[in-house]
Amino acid sequence: MLRHATIERNVILLAVLTLITVSIGGIVQIVPLFTIETTIERVAGIRPYTPLELAGRNIYLREGCYACHSQMIRPFRDELERYGHYSLAAESMYDRPFQWGSKRTGPDLARVGGKYSNEWHLQHFIDPRSVVPESVMPPYGFLLRPLRTDDITSHLRALQRLGVPYTDAMIANAAADLRAQADPDADHSGLLERYPKAPTGAFDGNPGRVTEMDAIIAYMQMLGTLVDFADVTPEAVRQ
Amino acid sequence: MPTKIEKDAVTGKETTGHEWDGIKELNTPLPKWWLYILYATIAWSVVWAILYPSFPGLSGHWRGTTGWTQRTAIAEQMRAVDAERAPMLERIRSAGLEELRRDPDLLQYAMAGGRVAFADNCAACHGAGGEGRPGGFPSLADDSWIWGGTLEDIHTTILHGIRNTQDPDARMSMMPAYGQILSRQEIDDVAEHVLSFTGRSTNAESAARGATIYADQCVACHGEKGEGVREQGGPALNDAIWLYGGSKREITAQIANPRMGVMPPWQGRLDEATIRMLTVYVHTLGGGE
Repeated sequence: MLRHATIERNVILLAVLTLITVSIGGIVQIVPLFTIETTIERVAGIRPYTPLELAGRNIYLREGCYACHSQMIRPFRDELERYGHYSLAAESMYDRPFQWGSKRTGPDLARVGGKYSNEWHLQHFIDPRSVVPESVMPPYGFLLRPLRTDDITSHLRALQRLGVPYTDAMIANAAADLRAQADPDADHSGLLERYPKAPTGAFDGNPGRVTEMDAIIAYMQMLGTLVDFADVTPEAVRQ
Repeated sequence: MPTKIEKDAVTGKETTGHEWDGIKELNTPLPKWWLYILYATIAWSVVWAILYPSFPGLSGHWRGTTGWTQRTAIAEQMRAVDAERAPMLERIRSAGLEELRRDPDLLQYAMAGGRVAFADNCAACHGAGGEGRPGGFPSLADDSWIWGGTLEDIHTTILHGIRNTQDPDARMSMMPAYGQILSRQEIDDVAEHVLSFTGRSTNAESAARGATIYADQCVACHGEKGEGVREQGGPALNDAIWLYGGSKREITAQIANPRMGVMPPWQGRLDEATIRMLTVYVHTLGGGE
């Protein structure tokens, strides 16, 4: 049997045995990742964010909304009764980073899309306590400032490089799609063809200009609306 | 490295056998009970990994000998809950709305269920007690109804919502922006006439001019005496209830560039039994007809 003293005094032997030990550890950790694709679930309806929704999501991250709001309905009875179907990992597949979590000061937002009107969101962002007296949310009226749009193409391109399936047409039309989504009178056919179920309208009540408020409300209004759970069973989303 | 394990003369304990420049270390092993618990948890983790889904494999992951998944567990739990509620909910679904209100058993159940659903879904706009919120979110606790306050009316409104883009059957009406149709003076006159419905007009001459314009433009939706027209969702103008404020300034602003409330459709998001329970609950809040 190899004595420890022998190994410690022979640097070559020590190096070789160390390498073998590290390799075993590495293989155990890395090899399962080769087949990680087989564990990824997919569900019908999930699409990349529209440029306006993406801008809204960036504001959501910038303002730290995730500190109080989760976007993950856990598979517990009380959460299902209140929020609807539990969240699927596949619903966050284009989120970088995802907004899961279970720490909530405000309610979960995973399925808030379509639950309230744009007018409600606008008033709630400007003065949360005017509609929900017991709310502790800070006011976000300053979001009624113009949205920075010159970098939206770069945002899409960056995500495309990270694997989000933005097509070249989506990137080419990014700026136009952004404006069209916030304008109720615009032609939405191209937008809706590229991004099905995208909510459109003057989210901040003013069709004349695109504000950060437009973006964040557009993002709120699409959350959780992409998957039709009437025909999704737990078995169906298995890889 | 251990060279010589010996007994320490002072404490009577064994040393670890390490020695650095004459300094030696007492051997104080972990308590046996602690160590055995650690071993037991390691052994249990192996058992656990066999029983439950754990390790990724070449095709899919190890599903565990129990076949347990959280998804099927919650589905089973919800099935049990549904089965428990089913007899009552089935009666609520099949009963007429009027019957729902008359039957004490059904009513009690519907009120309890409606209260919970209201707090989760409706209170954000209409207030926790249905008292409404400033900014165009109408009160449900009074007898002033924009789209009607019968059980049928309330049911339809909850099902399809108002002026939303998601539901083609949504209640729909649009007030034109009179700022682009009438002159400032004409709008002022109409506002004065509207104020006269509640006896607040201070300029009879202007109000009389406004009455002519009102008869042309406003009567179809708001009624001859400002009593409102429910088929059009035109709110009453002859009471003290104002969605966007009742001062002359606010009325003028509303004529020139009207704000109109939007309510999302709830069919699809809520099931039919819940919507019926909500209907009955809202009906009892104040002014159900």
